[in-house]
Amino acid sequence: MAGRLYTKTHEWLTADGKTVTVGITDFAQAQLGDVVFLELPNPGRRLEAGESFGVVESVKAASDLYSPVPGRISTVNDKLAGKPELINSDPYGDGWILKLELAGELPKDLLDEAAYKRFTESQA
Amino acid sequence: MPYLVHSPDERAEMLGAIGVDSMDGLLVDIPKTLRIPRLELPDGLSEFETMAQVASLAAKNTVFPDRLTFRGGGVYRRFIPAAVAAVTGKPEFYTAYTPYQPEASQGTLQAIYEFQTLIAELTALDVANASLYDGATAVAEAAMMAAVHTGRKEVLVSGYVHPEYVEVLRAFGDGRGIKVRKGNEPTSKTAAVVFQQPDFLGLVVDAPAATKRAHEAGALAIACVDPISLALLAPPGEYGADIAVGEGQQLGLTPSYGGPHVGFIACRKELVRRLPGRLIGTAHDAAGRRGFVLTLTAREQHIRREKATSNICTNHSLCALAASVYMTYMGAEGMRQVAEVSFKRAHALAERLAAIPGWELAFPERQFLNEFPIRVPKAAVVNRKLARKGILGGLDVHRWFRELKGVLTFTCTEVNDPRALDELVETVSA
Repeated sequence: MAGRLYTKTHEWLTADGKTVTVGITDFAQAQLGDVVFLELPNPGRRLEAGESFGVVESVKAASDLYSPVPGRISTVNDKLAGKPELINSDPYGDGWILKLELAGELPKDLLDEAAYKRFTESQA
Repeated sequence: MPYLVHSPDERAEMLGAIGVDSMDGLLVDIPKTLRIPRLELPDGLSEFETMAQVASLAAKNTVFPDRLTFRGGGVYRRFIPAAVAAVTGKPEFYTAYTPYQPEASQGTLQAIYEFQTLIAELTALDVANASLYDGATAVAEAAMMAAVHTGRKEVLVSGYVHPEYVEVLRAFGDGRGIKVRKGNEPTSKTAAVVFQQPDFLGLVVDAPAATKRAHEAGALAIACVDPISLALLAPPGEYGADIAVGEGQQLGLTPSYGGPHVGFIACRKELVRRLPGRLIGTAHDAAGRRGFVLTLTAREQHIRREKATSNICTNHSLCALAASVYMTYMGAEGMRQVAEVSFKRAHALAERLAAIPGWELAFPERQFLNEFPIRVPKAAVVNRKLARKGILGGLDVHRWFRELKGVLTFTCTEVNDPRALDELVETVSA
């Protein structure tokens, strides 16, 4: 299993073969504040890289969620419906959002940990 | 108190401060051809003169007395208890601006919360908002909710829905690429089925069947309901409608030439994040006391921007307050009495009118409450004859529906006393 990769829209992903797990970053959850609701799609939907698939709503904002890769949604984390705060407490673990079956290759513009860190620092 | 805030001296001072010598100097960038050299306005009038002039203009209107008005079509004359004006006239409420700040506006917010509660109870749905402008925009807002929720682009209008509501729905849908189609069969492209109960002609529709058809196609069911009718008919939540909307004018508001009225919208809990407009919830302050606050505002355009379901960011608060006072004052029993009296009067009238030679009920096999369509030999002649006697006759619905030539819809409410019915029947029979 390769390391965690990141997008400039603050999603992370890990790839295990063709199965890609997606969530939002620790930086993103800290910026949003307490997450109170997620609007998530149904499994089976096909997404393009960069396509909006849902909304994360915190006490101070509502932001779109974008798929980092092209693929078909295989699983949605149904624990989030009852416990959206998992996004805050464990963004890289129990706070994962969905799993996709990757269609084709991983996009070239994904960031590794060091690059994402530089990106967020330049945003601050 | 000066109503014209700038005296000639003040204007001269301001012009001097920016270094121009006259108003013309200030407007030098505007081409001369676009300027109005002088407005030929008469001098101002005193309050007394103004009132006299307005009264003389108003005297040119033909105002039919409530008891002799038999026209509805979406706006109805009903008895309004004095309690409504007594509460809405209180200066704490009687303002054009609705203050939503919780630290300063607990009374206003609580009044809105009560309205939401009453509408949710009336429609048997989970949540209602602070109100919308009127029945027409409520239908349109509900349809936009359904389009966003389902990701589909077609709204099906089933049966006789108020034609002006459909017009507003088309206007809302236009910019968003949402098509409005008339018909009864939803498809996999249909976001919502909109029906009206009772319909625009006053007829009771099979709302559960329309709801079922919508759901089988994966669409939402939007019920546009008459709030008084809910004292007699099943509420939308009971037969599974997803969104209920309607015009609240009958709940304590005068017809007032068509507005301002109040729209209401209620929906299932699962749709609350698509609900347009303002929503008040309860919360607790630092000392643990109950209070009222705007809630779920992340739905709204100041946060969701172009992704928000709706651009509305206010409500018809004073009109909603009138509706709340009306419903609270009348109570469930009072509203039932109003609905029953209206029902009985309308059925008595329908029977008497249908007995006139040449007159026949347009849909004799259909049920109705307090409004019904009847086919007459010459609609315009009937209404002219009635108007000469100071009676406002039925609504000529042929104007909107080609198949309804010669059809008038007559309405009765509790204000049409039995003697008024006699006058109507005697006049058209003569």
